[in-house]
Amino acid sequence: MPIAGVLALQGDFEAHQRVLAGLGLSSVQVRTAAGLAGCGGLIIPGGESTTMLKMIGYENLLEPLREFGRSKPVFGTCAGAILLAREVSNPVQVSLGLMDISVERNAYGRQVHSHVARIAIDEEEVEAVFIRAPVIRRVGPSTRVLARFEGTPVLVDDGLHMAATFHPELTSSDRVHRLFAARIR
Amino acid sequence: MVFLDDSLRVKIGLAEMLKGGVIMDVTNAEQAVIAEKAGATAVMALERVPADIRKEGGVARMAPISKIREIMASVSIPVMAKARIGHFSEARILEALEVDYIDESEVLTPADEEHHIDKRGFKVPFVCGARNLGEALRRIAEGAAMIRTKGEAGSGNIVEAVRHIRTIVKEMRQLTVLGNEELVAESKKLQAPLELVQYVAKHGKLPVPNFSAGGIATPADAALVMSLGAEAVFVGSGIFKSDDPDARARAVVKAATHWNDPVKLLEASEDLGIGMFGLDISKLQESELLQTRGW
Repeated sequence: MPIAGVLALQGDFEAHQRVLAGLGLSSVQVRTAAGLAGCGGLIIPGGESTTMLKMIGYENLLEPLREFGRSKPVFGTCAGAILLAREVSNPVQVSLGLMDISVERNAYGRQVHSHVARIAIDEEEVEAVFIRAPVIRRVGPSTRVLARFEGTPVLVDDGLHMAATFHPELTSSDRVHRLFAARIR
Repeated sequence: MVFLDDSLRVKIGLAEMLKGGVIMDVTNAEQAVIAEKAGATAVMALERVPADIRKEGGVARMAPISKIREIMASVSIPVMAKARIGHFSEARILEALEVDYIDESEVLTPADEEHHIDKRGFKVPFVCGARNLGEALRRIAEGAAMIRTKGEAGSGNIVEAVRHIRTIVKEMRQLTVLGNEELVAESKKLQAPLELVQYVAKHGKLPVPNFSAGGIATPADAALVMSLGAEAVFVGSGIFKSDDPDARARAVVKAATHWNDPVKLLEASEDLGIGMFGLDISKLQESELLQTRGW
């Protein structure tokens, strides 16, 4: 049975675990480099990317996470997408750089501009919850855009990694998690 | 659920993002930067930390706008600010300022002794304090998107925070074994809407995230309330009234993540210097308690 890791340094990691459980997939909370062993894939949840980066620093997790992501599927939502990006702005900060995308933090503005929208993935309508969300400003040639909102990419995929600027874990649909679950070995 | 509309889901969504983290009280940009650098998930902008409000007395109000702006400009993490209980004008001003969360807080001097703010009409989310389940559900009914146990702010003493989180968790657990007709009676006793009582009975938890506050001064304190069921912690005076705010802020952040790992907690607890001076709650006058404000 493949097991999914969920990075549990901070954020809504339990919400991701609920969705995975609904898909019949076991998951473990990962807080240390040793915790990555045995995981067939990893979800980096929503939360505060600055906090996660600090904890990654305290735990010396930056290189182990990069190493893991070079060969294994990683899915990041919101803060997770920020950590996966090659470049981050507003402000500029360190990231894992596993996906060839550029991301601007808090690009819709502060919390009063957070919102729920309907987007289409392969012509299927799904709900997208945006919380102080980032915007993907650039997508590299090897990265496919799976969904857009108001013209900008909100769900992208490079074959191994996926990034969503919204929170599929906060809706009742498991549409996005199914894509990730299919990659876990 | 009928009460869970898109607006409330987005408000609860931000609280979800703050789970497993530490929200720190700050009074200026310099402190806000220290908090962010240590790994705080958010900062709470206020004029004086609770320990100083307690010491100096007088009326405690919403922080000066220039201070809140200065703090908002200095960090990229969410910025919260406190409004007085029932003071919806302060709340409207904070909403216009676009703070990310409003704490309708017993730490400030209440503006209304009968009514809390009707929080449903706001776009900005609210967090409110509670000492027991009835209080928590009444605040949620008014539109709060996050509950924090009150504890006793500015005391540096964890005993009240423990009492409140234990009380709420126990009262929730008790509801899960009751039948439908008993829940109606409970709703009356708790003075809370039946729909919310039924939600708690079914899920064994609040429909919004449940954090802890009021007296957290050490990494061990943070780990204790997390172990008892808190999903994140607020630290008020505990950081900036200690010897070494940088080190203590980092330590509490680590404890909120590793609350279940004694070896990591030991590491986090080393070399912290002296913590804030704590108060014996039983020696305080009834009128000195902040937790009894609000109803």
